[in-house]
Amino acid sequence: MTGPSPFIRLEDVRKSFGAVRALQGVDLSCSAGECIGLVGHNGAGKSTLMNLLAGVFGAEGRMAIDGEDVGGRHTVASAQAQGIRCVFQELSLCPNLTVAENARVMHRALKGFGWRKRAGALITAKLDQVFPGHGIGASDIVGDLPIARRQMVEIARAFTVTDAPARLVILDEPTSSLDAHQASQLLAYVRRFVAEGGAVVLISHLLGEILAAADRVVVMKDGRVVAERPASEFTRSSLVAAMGTVAREEAEERAAVTGRRGGDAPTRVRARAAAGGVDLIAHRGEIVGLAGLGGQGQSEMLIRIFDAARRTVPGITVEGGSALVAGDRQTDGVFPLWSIAENITITSLNRLKRGILIDSGKTDAMAEDWKARIGIRTPDIHNPILSLSGGNQQKALFARALGSTAETVLMDDPMRGVDIGTKQEVYGMIRAEAERGRTFLWYTTEMDELKHCDHVYVFRDQRIVADLSRAELTEERVLHASFEEVA
Amino acid sequence: MNSFLRNLAGRPWLWAYVAAIAVWLVIVAFTGGRGGGEVLTAAFTFATFSVIVGIGQMYVVTLGPGNVDLSIPATITLAGAVATKVMDTQNGMILTGLLIALACGVAVGIANYALIWLLRIPPIIATLSSSFLVQSVAIAYGRGIRIKPPPALADFTTAQVLGMPVLAICIIALAAFMELVLRRTLYGRWVTAIGQNIRAARLAGVDVGRTRFYAYVMSAVFAGLCGYLLSGFSGGSSLSMGEEYLLTSIALVVIGGSSVAGGNSNVPGLWGAALFLFLVVTMLNTYGFGAGLRYLATGLIIIAVIVAASARRPAR
Amino acid sequence: MRLTARQLRTLLPALSLVVLLAAIFYLQPRAMSYVGFNLMLNLAIPIALATVAQMCVITVNDLDLSIGTYVGFVACVGATLLSGGMGALPVVKELQASGALPATLPWIMQTPLVGVVALVFGIAVYAALGALIHWRNLPSIVVTLGMSFVWLGLSVLILPVPGGQAPAFLRSLMTLKPAYIPFPIIAAIVIAILANLLLMHTSYGAVLRGAGGNPKAIERAGWSLLKVKMTMFALAGFFGMLAGLSLVGLTTSGDANIALRYTLLSIAGVILGGGEFVGGRISPVGAVIGAVTLTLAGSFLSFMRISPDWQIGAQGAILIIVLAARTLIDRAERRR
Repeated sequence: MTGPSPFIRLEDVRKSFGAVRALQGVDLSCSAGECIGLVGHNGAGKSTLMNLLAGVFGAEGRMAIDGEDVGGRHTVASAQAQGIRCVFQELSLCPNLTVAENARVMHRALKGFGWRKRAGALITAKLDQVFPGHGIGASDIVGDLPIARRQMVEIARAFTVTDAPARLVILDEPTSSLDAHQASQLLAYVRRFVAEGGAVVLISHLLGEILAAADRVVVMKDGRVVAERPASEFTRSSLVAAMGTVAREEAEERAAVTGRRGGDAPTRVRARAAAGGVDLIAHRGEIVGLAGLGGQGQSEMLIRIFDAARRTVPGITVEGGSALVAGDRQTDGVFPLWSIAENITITSLNRLKRGILIDSGKTDAMAEDWKARIGIRTPDIHNPILSLSGGNQQKALFARALGSTAETVLMDDPMRGVDIGTKQEVYGMIRAEAERGRTFLWYTTEMDELKHCDHVYVFRDQRIVADLSRAELTEERVLHASFEEVA
Repeated sequence: MNSFLRNLAGRPWLWAYVAAIAVWLVIVAFTGGRGGGEVLTAAFTFATFSVIVGIGQMYVVTLGPGNVDLSIPATITLAGAVATKVMDTQNGMILTGLLIALACGVAVGIANYALIWLLRIPPIIATLSSSFLVQSVAIAYGRGIRIKPPPALADFTTAQVLGMPVLAICIIALAAFMELVLRRTLYGRWVTAIGQNIRAARLAGVDVGRTRFYAYVMSAVFAGLCGYLLSGFSGGSSLSMGEEYLLTSIALVVIGGSSVAGGNSNVPGLWGAALFLFLVVTMLNTYGFGAGLRYLATGLIIIAVIVAASARRPAR
Repeated sequence: MRLTARQLRTLLPALSLVVLLAAIFYLQPRAMSYVGFNLMLNLAIPIALATVAQMCVITVNDLDLSIGTYVGFVACVGATLLSGGMGALPVVKELQASGALPATLPWIMQTPLVGVVALVFGIAVYAALGALIHWRNLPSIVVTLGMSFVWLGLSVLILPVPGGQAPAFLRSLMTLKPAYIPFPIIAAIVIAILANLLLMHTSYGAVLRGAGGNPKAIERAGWSLLKVKMTMFALAGFFGMLAGLSLVGLTTSGDANIALRYTLLSIAGVILGGGEFVGGRISPVGAVIGAVTLTLAGSFLSFMRISPDWQIGAQGAILIIVLAARTLIDRAERRR
């Protein structure tokens, strides 16, 4: 570890979002002149930690900058004034402005006569430093740039200096859209930046990058730091092992759930990713898991299968209809102004009519039936859906899909942010429905849930890279397939 | 009884009626109790036409933010002009005239949606530009001698039963029917679902494209109906007959308690809002306020309503 | 030289103008004269100013449905308060006629200063509107709809019937006859340059536009979105005021209903000029060109003694054709 007192120190930091405990007592310190690699599976708490450092929200526990306790006063503005820069995964560039104008937006000092030239020179100089040969013009409109170049601009902008130097730059999956050459340029620059006294927190799922660029590696799992060692002491496999659970219970659990392979049961779904790769095949009564790191094409595949049940989609055939349970309740699932009953029955209204009109007797009956079967905690199904807890809202979304006549139910990481009690109830429901012949396609980011599946397809880079049967299913194998790199 | 009252109080359209009644009382107070009935008759007479287009606009607005039909005035003018010419004062042609007017609406609605769907033009611009075209066609077609409507139609639109316009009774029935469609049919549920969360609606199996298409066609058809009836009522079609109905249709939706962001609408409020707006104008007239103050008051009321409605929702 | 989609999109407004000019020249060569252009483009000045005002509002993802009546309001103020002070108001004249007020009024009631105050008040109201819309997250369509009634009401209060007299300086400005180039063309160029300077060349202009493209990012960078909204609405009020003044300079008398169609025309002009409703993508030069194109289409038709019925239809058709062309370009680019 290098010299003076750390620039930032976090002690026993805790952060919860409702029922979800994102950070459960994290200790972390960051000093000038070092690059920290932050790794972990989905939901480990990396993004929360990063947002905390950037001042997006506060948390319980102690946070000190330059030795001084910042208490609840750490905001985005004060973080920026302290030289903390963040490159979030959702780009924060204005797509309608040019590269130079985007630089100006971030730096208040760039004003007055000739600002455009200065802004352009500033960002171009930094782009030249980080990505030599980048080919980006200062007057290019960001929205017209391909995503790789947009990411380069965003990264370069974070490292620029105007009134305050950048002391700590947090990079969240910065190479996700860059090609290998650009990625290596970035990592080389990170080393130079750190050598000159800056600090970098690098979040990445590309372990090769982490090991090449970081001085220290911090491994997170379930909101806690589970390992923290100099990068030199890690190898790829030991890193992967550190991220997994010490899974002795696995062997026992495996015996409890018998996996089932289609065999002679009719095929319900056959799908091929646009990028090619192994076909996804699901039979009647199967629970098929989709695994791998977030954003590797699982949700897109589910939605294409959903569409394929309604119109022709090249490369995909579906028999018997499809229904989808959304994971992002707010954007994809819940109708916020409606009641619980209305939310549940929307997909099945065709069967709940008497003549032309919707029969409220039938809709109420369906809602009550599912309230009992899936265990929705509410005194009245006519209450607004938002009166339910998150977990119960998710149950309502399940009821919507399960209550339809679709034979294939697609689940898009539906248990995100749901409490353990609800989860257990729904797992039971899924197994029971599968017994009765329903097919489930289940995208989940949690290893434990994959254990309920008959077999698991691991996704990487928009295609399926592995097909693990229940017997072969171990966390290590899934992680290896998820993190496997071509280079 | 208590829960009935509480249920009633929670309805968003209630306040439009309460306000309308309040304004009516203020008018009657000024005239010393005389003419209250006539005021009501006039209110129902004129509110009828706004309500017809208000229903169509409401369905479009329910589809969610950005959905609004700016072509209503042009469609009114076109339907009125074409129908009057076709009917040519013949009583026997009344039904044909109605069908023609509705057909105009269908054509405009299809054109609107074609622009929205094929050319990916935002609804505001699509309905705006088609309104320019439709207006031109209407003006060109309707030039010349002002043709009178068939007498039977004129009589029907001005007929009254015990002081209540027959047309108003019909449109109240229409409104009740459209409310039923909104609440108790699949289509109504789909429109409301799309307005609340278009992505969730799609993932719940709603055919978003078709639902939107029908909404835009319906709005234009209602505008056509309004044009037809207006031409019967006002003794013929005129080139500016639809002008005031654009702002009025949107105002009805807002004051009637429907959400401009979509997904939460009601038809009863349209009647309450229409009566309220007409009565406010009458009240200002009665008290001797000129046109200027009337407009001022209408505008401030609309703003006050939307500010008050926004207070109920939490900040973003 | 192969043009990128973006370049094609920016050229579209200019292309449509050139096509229109070519059509005019083909059908009526005599229209392409100093006098001809002056006649056809006179009204382009207030329309272009109103279009720039609308563009300011559209930049921050809002819409102004009241610009038409606001321009009318300014025209009425210009024809009364600005030229003769409060003494020019019809209501005051009535009171004078009935003897309630003396025939010669005190200096304070005759000064045009009242007019200036009224105009500044208008801009202040616009700024306040922006603040209200931001603070309460209101839908601008409905709020500006209400405001359109307010402006109309105020106009009618000032000038119940068309009348009044525009101030001399406005009248002479709008009837300038510079050598070689008709005044409307010069004015359009000046307006385009001014708007372009403000929004595309100043450093704060980048922030203003950025707020339309990614408001969260602008806020995160430490800028006040409230100030941005208020600035843009105030700018709209300012350009709308210029539109009203130029209009009353042309027509020499005021009328509350004189600019009602400016609302829809200004929206069409912004879109024609390459602007988009959301995303902060606007083009000041394009907006002015769009306004000129629409005016030209309308006035050329009346110049040709084609029934004015078709003027408005032609404007709609142009809008649709240009938008269709834009969609085709986008689709072709995506396929590449």
